[in-house]
Amino acid sequence: MLEVKDLFYAYPTGLEALKGINLTVDDGEFLAVMGQNGAGKTTLVKHFNGLLKPTSGEVLVDGVSTRDVSVAKLARTVGFVFQNPDHQLFSESVEEEIAFALKNFGFEETVIEKQVTWALNLLDVLEYRKTSPFMLSGGERKRVALASILAWDPNVIILDEPTIGQDHQQKEKLQQFILQLNAQKKTVVVVTHDVEFVAECNPRVILMRQGKVLVDGKAEKILTDPELLLQASIVPPQITQIFLELADFGLPTDVIDVHVATKVLLNRLRGQS
Amino acid sequence: MSVFEGFKFRKVSSVVHNLDPRVKFFFVLVLFVMAVLFTNFLALLVLFLVPLPFVFVAKVNRQWLRSLRGAALLAIFIFATNFIFGYFYPTSLSGITQPVDTLFEYVVLLERSVAMTLRFVVLISSFSVFFLTTSPDHLGLALQQSHVPYEFCFAFTTAVRFVPVLADEAQTIMDAQKARGLELERGNLFKRVRNYIPILIPLIVNAIRRSLELAESMESRAWGASKKRTNLYELKLKRADYVLVVISVLMLICAVYVWLFVPVPSLTTLLSL
Repeated sequence: MLEVKDLFYAYPTGLEALKGINLTVDDGEFLAVMGQNGAGKTTLVKHFNGLLKPTSGEVLVDGVSTRDVSVAKLARTVGFVFQNPDHQLFSESVEEEIAFALKNFGFEETVIEKQVTWALNLLDVLEYRKTSPFMLSGGERKRVALASILAWDPNVIILDEPTIGQDHQQKEKLQQFILQLNAQKKTVVVVTHDVEFVAECNPRVILMRQGKVLVDGKAEKILTDPELLLQASIVPPQITQIFLELADFGLPTDVIDVHVATKVLLNRLRGQS
Repeated sequence: MSVFEGFKFRKVSSVVHNLDPRVKFFFVLVLFVMAVLFTNFLALLVLFLVPLPFVFVAKVNRQWLRSLRGAALLAIFIFATNFIFGYFYPTSLSGITQPVDTLFEYVVLLERSVAMTLRFVVLISSFSVFFLTTSPDHLGLALQQSHVPYEFCFAFTTAVRFVPVLADEAQTIMDAQKARGLELERGNLFKRVRNYIPILIPLIVNAIRRSLELAESMESRAWGASKKRTNLYELKLKRADYVLVVISVLMLICAVYVWLFVPVPSLTTLLSL
């Protein structure tokens, strides 16, 4: 469980990035953190594994304050996948890249071997096992980076902008994958600008603006509130936009899912004919 | 990375910022020459005080302090080497004979080591003031008007311009690797140096990648298409610039005169009076 209590954070430059955040993320929850650029999204999630320590207030991971333990300790429970895979890939082969963290955590040789194969399979990069990560395409590098985190099976997984630079097919896979992780009772926290992606996953959403949490609730509540979204510089999903514009015809205004939308429309059309 | 903080330019306007970069550079060079001329503690202390008014007039004291703090480790190293070598090979110092055992000899040795450290601090401090108050664009302009080929000017300004970018990137990479359980401060000296490999490789790879991208984007904007470039801004010496030139030249003359004809007393002789 992640608990954020009255969290304030100011960068050494004096920039106040977080101004009083209160938030609890239960085990097995799926949370999307959204908001405009510079709202403090990444700053907030960097507190979850102790990369940043609160200026005031507290962040508790499973009841332990992040101030009291090292990032390396926290990382064991909280896996953080950075936005840009190029910020972490350095090994000679994909295999070694994935084993890196496991070695840091002091896993045994046989366990490392097993986990690496498992992670390679999971993200569909088994064929690149012996390839240099620098030879891979952008999407593949991103998957290797993800595999290198999932390999030690952390209970909480934080993904910073996972959908950036992924084609539609990869995005679809990623979505399936994240939902699957969540189904396995993993806590998933996603930082994203991608409304369509969030709409399809329908997680809990917090909207951030200027270092504060603007609103906290289900995606279908938040993503269908144009006024709120405007404040966080986000447009509603396209399907919601259509339904909002057609509200005069008595269509529901809280639809974010295409399949639900289709059903509503079909019922409507069948009813008329 | 904090040593780079002192070289990060911020756009502000002050008397010091508006000085001609060539003149400022000349001033810094004079300081440099003087710092190399003297090995005496008192002389170096005076040299340390000279750029201080500039720091306060330009209101860059915080960044300046930060760069000094960043250089602290190296300063300690310089102090230690001087002290240790002075202890074992004291013949180069006047008034000391091997072995170093009297209080007087220790004080002389100490003064000398502190002076050498101070010399380093003077250099860091004056160059830091220069870079903190001179925009990279101005610097490039100054080089160009000193008839340095444009290619070199461009390479130079780009290098200066990318220092803070690289520093930021190094921080992100460090975070990304810490999130995978890397502990930089663990192990013996050899292990600690090796700990930096996962940080250096992505940093270098990204820098090369970025320079290639930069080259491509420059070429696509017709870099080098015309032999004769014109500039929007021209540097012109103003009254304040002439004043600083005069001050610098006077300082240099004074320093050379003192160095040749006036023996600067050492702290030990002053105190024993």
